[in-house]
Amino acid sequence: MEFIQQLVNGISLGSIYALIALGYTMVYGIIKLINFAHGDIFMIGAFIGFYAITVLKLSFFPALLISMTACALFGVTIERIAYKPLRNATRIAALITAIGVSLLIEYGTIYVRGAQPEAYPSTVLPSTEFKFLGATINSQSLLILGVSLGLMILLQFIVHKTKIGKAMRAVSYDTEAARLMGINVDNTISATFAIGSALAGAAGVIFGIYYIKIEPLMGIIPGLKAFVAAVLGGIGIIPGAMVGGLLLGVIEAMVSALGYSLWRDGVAFVVLILILIFRPSGLFGKNMREKV
Amino acid sequence: MDKRKALGIAMSLMLSAGVVAGCGGGAKETAGGDKKAAGGSGDTIKIGANLELSGGVASYGQSLSEGLDLALEEINKEGVNGKKIEVVKVDNKSDPAEATAGALKLVSQNKVVTLVGAATSTSTLSQVQIAEKNKIPLITPTGTNPDITSKAGKVNDFVFRTCFIDPFQGTVAANFASNELKSKNAAVFTETSSDYSKGLAKAFKESYAKNGGKVAAEEAYVKGDTDFRATLTRIKAANPDFVFLPGYYEEVGLIVKQAREIGLNVPFMGGDGWDSPKLIEIAGAKALNNTYITNHYSVEDSDPKVQKFVSAFKAKYKDKTPDGFAALGYDTGYLLADAIKRAGDADPVKIKDALASTKDLQLVSGKITIDAQHNPVKSAAILEYKDGKQGFKMKVNP
Repeated sequence: MEFIQQLVNGISLGSIYALIALGYTMVYGIIKLINFAHGDIFMIGAFIGFYAITVLKLSFFPALLISMTACALFGVTIERIAYKPLRNATRIAALITAIGVSLLIEYGTIYVRGAQPEAYPSTVLPSTEFKFLGATINSQSLLILGVSLGLMILLQFIVHKTKIGKAMRAVSYDTEAARLMGINVDNTISATFAIGSALAGAAGVIFGIYYIKIEPLMGIIPGLKAFVAAVLGGIGIIPGAMVGGLLLGVIEAMVSALGYSLWRDGVAFVVLILILIFRPSGLFGKNMREKV
Repeated sequence: MDKRKALGIAMSLMLSAGVVAGCGGGAKETAGGDKKAAGGSGDTIKIGANLELSGGVASYGQSLSEGLDLALEEINKEGVNGKKIEVVKVDNKSDPAEATAGALKLVSQNKVVTLVGAATSTSTLSQVQIAEKNKIPLITPTGTNPDITSKAGKVNDFVFRTCFIDPFQGTVAANFASNELKSKNAAVFTETSSDYSKGLAKAFKESYAKNGGKVAAEEAYVKGDTDFRATLTRIKAANPDFVFLPGYYEEVGLIVKQAREIGLNVPFMGGDGWDSPKLIEIAGAKALNNTYITNHYSVEDSDPKVQKFVSAFKAKYKDKTPDGFAALGYDTGYLLADAIKRAGDADPVKIKDALASTKDLQLVSGKITIDAQHNPVKSAAILEYKDGKQGFKMKVNP
């Protein structure tokens, strides 16, 4: 019984990681940038959703849509201002800029509204519990899993079946050749950021509803965990991010279940180190050699 | 390896951002030509308040600040020895390092004669050295860790408090669990990074064992965690009939909510760290049923002193109900004013001597006498949460 309950706990936690990791992995897949600000866009999304619900008195789905739209615009703005001028700079320069952007968003938010936490109103979505094989499952955790899976499928569809998806794959494969073939690289990258950030915004609202408490530094740890999840599944691979997130959540729950709750974060990063040592391309990654 | 480097960079950037922010806060007030301790000069007596006005436990600092302001407003109507008390506030952002920086600023730049704060034990402990070294009295309204005023038998001369200490709260909780709730098999869930939480848990375990109870499970969490379901499932598997949860409202709210979700419906109990309106927002009224806390006072206490304070507070702050922190902030103002009056002078050393000899001073949170360890001897209240409201359960004397 306890094992099944722990599995349920782990999957609910993992679905959140997966949702954030989807956006992470997309941006990396297209422009090879580890967007450290992703976790902070997630935080902004949580706050926009909170204000949409409490100030504008909206219900869940409109708030989710507003948050996703606002985050998409925000993500594109960040890309245009902070990352685009560095398109041809070294990878490390872009990475440091990303860290700078991340800190700017965190402390900017604290400057604007203070560092005190907010509590999501508990009436946004009904929360019912039901028993399954002796484990108690909350309807909200099913919703999170459902939204994560749904968005992953949608994302796969966009990447593999639409024109913009084709452009993304082309840019990711060879930016210069894509440009020569008449693809607008800048717009494609903006679209990637818009989609990735919208996903982070959705994750923020869902996190708020599930965990109630939101605060300006809430994006740091989930952001890092999502990064681990993305690397675990193979960074740049969409189903990999999903599986990586769920797996990480389950690993963490099991570590706590064994009585080592204080080691949980440590274990997550040990997983990162192990995967980088033994399978740098991730669980779903193929070892590809570049042809010369 | 790039990623590990990146992490290192992230960490160092965060640290330096913290330092910069710490300095920024102090820019407003300049030391402008102070030649000697200016605290007592002119018609005002300058005191410093180093409080958690933002950050993780901002609710405590805000309440303390409001209580203190109300007390000073009342005191300044007549003044103390013909002078008015002026308070200089700094925000320690709920961070011990910021608290140290804030205390240094108040002492060296603002030349205050007394320091008030911080709300939490950890942030108060980080200021003790400064108070001792500069011979400036420090009064923490709500820092309940015993080490603040005396460590290993050595009393810190300049450090006082307005609240009772952790072992007392832990002991009261253990007695309540054994005698009133008839608990035999308790679980203890502590925050490892907090001296407060560990102090309460230690006292609880000792007294609970003395009462013949058994601690069935001991678990811990870290500040800032959001998902406790896995650990709670483990606690539930140990079948406790009571959970002692000494922590602060942010995590406590989430823990109680998640415990109820996985069907852990036994009584929960904590200390004054629970006392915040945010707790009810985070946990939800229903999840908080069947939970208890030990606290410094109850709004429902019929004592006229308490009722006068409650109505004055409501009049000043738009009908807001004062929590325990507001009451202790208020009491700290009066404790200090009483000491300054008896000292006859705003000299820090004289204020310290007067504080140490406080006897039978009637305050909102009880009649206090400062003992040899600089702790007040006073009573505790046990409150019960019912439908999102605190109800007065009983008063316990030391």
